[in-house]
Amino acid sequence: MTYEFLVASAIGVLVAGGIYLALRARTFQVVLGLTLISHAVNLFLFASGRLVLARPPILAKGVNHYTDPLPQALVLTAIVITFGMTALVVILALRSFLETGSDHVDGAIVPCDGQDGMAESAGEGEAP
Amino acid sequence: MAIAATLATLLVLPFAAALAIALVGGATRAVHSGLAAAASALGLALLGSLAPEVLSGAVMQARWDWVPSLGLDLALMVDPLGLMFAALILGIGLLVALYAHFYLYPGEATGRFFASLMLFQGAMLGIVIAGNVLLLLVFWELTSLASFLLIGFWQHKPEARQGARLALAITGGGGLALIGGLVLLGLLAGSFDLATILARGAAVRAAPLYPLALGLILVGCFTKSAQFPFHFWLPHAMAAPTPVSAYLHSATMVKAGVFLLARLWPVLAGTELYTVTVTSVGLVTMILGAVVALFRHDLKSILAYSTISQLGMLVMLLGMSLKAAALAAVLHILNHAAFKAALFMGAGIVEHETGTRDIRRLGGLAKAMPITALIATLAAASMAGVPPMGGFISKELMLYQTDKLALFGQPWLLPLLATLGAGFSVAYSLRLVAHQFFGAPREAEAHARAHDPGIGLIAAPALLTTLAVLLGLIPMALAAPLVAAVTGVVTGGAPPHLDLALWHGVNLALVLSLAALGGGALLFWRHGALMALWERATLPDAKRLFETALAFADRWVRKGIVALHTPSLQRMLLAVFAVTVLLVIEGALTGGGALPGGRPGLAAPLPAVIAWALLLTACAAVVNEARQRFAVLIYVSVIGLIISLAFVELSAPDLALTQISVEVVTVLLLLLALNLLPKSPPSLSGAPRRWRDGVLAVLGGTLFGGLAYAMLTRAPGESISAWHLANAKPGGGGTNVVNVILVDFRAFDTLGEIIVLGIAGLTIYALLDTTARGAAGARLGTWREDMPHSPERHPMMLLAASRIILPLTLTVGIYLFLRGHNQPGGGFIAALVVAIAFLVQYLAAGFDWSDARKRFGEHQMIGWGVLVAMGTGLAAMVLGAPFLTSAYDYFSLPLIGTFELASAMAFDAGVFLTVFGAVMLALAQLSHIARRAARAHAARIEAEGAGAGESAP
Repeated sequence: MTYEFLVASAIGVLVAGGIYLALRARTFQVVLGLTLISHAVNLFLFASGRLVLARPPILAKGVNHYTDPLPQALVLTAIVITFGMTALVVILALRSFLETGSDHVDGAIVPCDGQDGMAESAGEGEAP
Repeated sequence: MAIAATLATLLVLPFAAALAIALVGGATRAVHSGLAAAASALGLALLGSLAPEVLSGAVMQARWDWVPSLGLDLALMVDPLGLMFAALILGIGLLVALYAHFYLYPGEATGRFFASLMLFQGAMLGIVIAGNVLLLLVFWELTSLASFLLIGFWQHKPEARQGARLALAITGGGGLALIGGLVLLGLLAGSFDLATILARGAAVRAAPLYPLALGLILVGCFTKSAQFPFHFWLPHAMAAPTPVSAYLHSATMVKAGVFLLARLWPVLAGTELYTVTVTSVGLVTMILGAVVALFRHDLKSILAYSTISQLGMLVMLLGMSLKAAALAAVLHILNHAAFKAALFMGAGIVEHETGTRDIRRLGGLAKAMPITALIATLAAASMAGVPPMGGFISKELMLYQTDKLALFGQPWLLPLLATLGAGFSVAYSLRLVAHQFFGAPREAEAHARAHDPGIGLIAAPALLTTLAVLLGLIPMALAAPLVAAVTGVVTGGAPPHLDLALWHGVNLALVLSLAALGGGALLFWRHGALMALWERATLPDAKRLFETALAFADRWVRKGIVALHTPSLQRMLLAVFAVTVLLVIEGALTGGGALPGGRPGLAAPLPAVIAWALLLTACAAVVNEARQRFAVLIYVSVIGLIISLAFVELSAPDLALTQISVEVVTVLLLLLALNLLPKSPPSLSGAPRRWRDGVLAVLGGTLFGGLAYAMLTRAPGESISAWHLANAKPGGGGTNVVNVILVDFRAFDTLGEIIVLGIAGLTIYALLDTTARGAAGARLGTWREDMPHSPERHPMMLLAASRIILPLTLTVGIYLFLRGHNQPGGGFIAALVVAIAFLVQYLAAGFDWSDARKRFGEHQMIGWGVLVAMGTGLAAMVLGAPFLTSAYDYFSLPLIGTFELASAMAFDAGVFLTVFGAVMLALAQLSHIARRAARAHAARIEAEGAGAGESAP
């Protein structure tokens, strides 16, 4: 097994899982799907600099070969932006759930689980 | 004053006046009109100081670089043509300001009116003195917008709003065509500089794309100048206040198209295509406008159609590509501006006095308002081309030229049709005057309170009419030098010799003139019968056609949007993924080649394979147990952890640090959100849908895995990475190349990213801050704790540990930040680590305790972060370097030794502040909401308990 195969197959599996989850009807699953796809995209971008062992792009005396620093710089900001995007989508999902009482991506009224009881009791309001 | 300063002041004055008027919007009418008039007068004086030199042949030019890479300069140019138009714009602008002061009632929004008027004046001035066609386009669009504002000035009237929209749609649409045309022209000529383009006419006309450029430019000119078939917006623009009609829709804006035809005459004119198109469009417009004008009843509508007709005549003259015809056009531009503005103002006075503009209700007003009647009659005589008015001379020059061009090979066609048009303009001019001012009054009511207005309303039209008369009596003294110079510029040759006079002996023009006068009188005599005929004919209404077309487009665009942009996220995502998969398949099929390339791979040791297997398992678990949401978070963090480890192994320490700290923050965020979301809802998709999505997912995963594998097993192409490695130390002063790229080489990118992150943080805050209201608030109020809780609210061990960890983590954060330029670390990572340190406090001690002790505001940190980062970039600009250039130097301090300070450090501090602020804002706000819900829940439990306690005994 080569590292190339491991990384490539991991990207494939992440994409597959991500696509499947992103196509689900509940917001939280879509968030998870986006997280997986983001991982895959970040890995793919990183891999475009090719895989190199033990040659970090930290300049040192006597070392002449380094791995490609540019994809790393791009991916570093991408990771942070991914967080920003995930946070925004999660909050959007939460807000949409609180507004409609449903966690369906299109706001359709669907049954949620009975555990939290929020959707069921929302109609009652503050019962005296 | 230097030329450049004069030209700049000339252009800036109207805009400055518009701004000043808008700023004192609440002041009285006199302040507004006074400012407008003063700016126009000052501009006119400046123009006057340039006039002698310009008329003697000098071209005033000034140029500032604006966007040099696009060929867009702030170039101004005043030559005789520009001078004449600028004088019209400023001179009539001054008169209109005076007239409008008395025309508008004190209670109206005069501030808005005069500000828009001056905005228009500035835009129009910009068109005529622009020395760069791109700059001209900017001002061209601005006139459409200003015209929109002015037509719709009386916002409460539906016809004003509709007229404004129609005018904007037509002239704005033509403006789009003009953008294409002028950019194409610039490309054909090899420059966007107007003077250069004018000198390269032969090359442009020979180019294969010349017909396209010409067509687009003509659409722009014809829409603006209300030429057939785009003429119908102008009558509807008459919903504007009359001063606007006098200014924009007779004297200036509608002449912008004529101006541009004249301006580009040396480049575009002379070809068969140009001559036939422009001449026939002008001719058709001239006749059409004149015929319709004869049968309209609204005074302003009559004037609008007559303007269309007169503009058609100007376009026809310019289209003939003859020097003498161009001369007639130039002279007629002056004449028309004078008599048409006067006629509009006269119509405004009549409306003011009688309360109606319907010509069928007027009549015999000459007795009640003799001065107005005199002014309007003289102006209309000039319009009809009656000697000894200025209009007679230009119309005669026009008729004299008609037999010089055999349109469609028929030498009789042009003289006949031009005479026909002239005859109709005689007729409508006669009717305008006779039915308004002479004969018996048709309605007593309109007539009752009519009398000549005060000097304020009379002065402007009187002056203009005097000018119209003098242009006929002493044309050589008044206009000849200007007209000669302008014609010279338009036709791109020496100024022609002029002989303007009323009497040239008996020639073709005189015969045709007399025929037109006689024919016109005949048409007017039989007007009643013709009117009956006209009313019986059903004619297509251009405006209704336009609206039908608009409704048609609207309906189909709506259908298209609904078809493409379904309101279902699942369906849209399915389409996106499916198309992406198809594109990859297409690429794989056409790209060819074997999947693995020849590049040797790196053998993976056993631990790596185990980690890989873990990642795959975690992925499968996430997909499989996506409904057990808390459990899924564990798998998600396993995935993140393994990716971090992969970064460590594959020479990316910075990425590893970032990934691991982002993972912590993300899981915290999901935990907090899950607290309020459903925990394990039932599945919504049926088996067929799950299978369909599964097949697509596996297909996509295989393809992308294959893509990655194909890439990884091939050698990379040429890249710019070597440059970054070589210059990180000498150029950026750091040995951590990734960090140097982030804060130095590609700092502009980073700046954009932190701004996006800051916006995301603020958006989250806004989304959460308002949850207390409405349906969301009601739902939060009924939220119930449904998770098992630790019996201890804040476990002592965690609390103690977190307190000890805080200073340690902060130290680590500072250390990571400081060494970031040379070793793994930097602003992003340090911010995440410090944020985690604080979030642990929230976890251990609760929101209230931590929030009370917090001494920083996240909003301010986001703001300061962006400001600091931008300030670093701007400081470089102040020092004369490009935006975000960094500098560094070495300093030494006792004890610490030699160390390096880079300005990039300040930028990184900005990154730190923004990232920290955004992360904290999102998470702290979320826990705040959760805390509020929990407190409401606890209070409810207590109330229920108390209620039960009371009812028990």
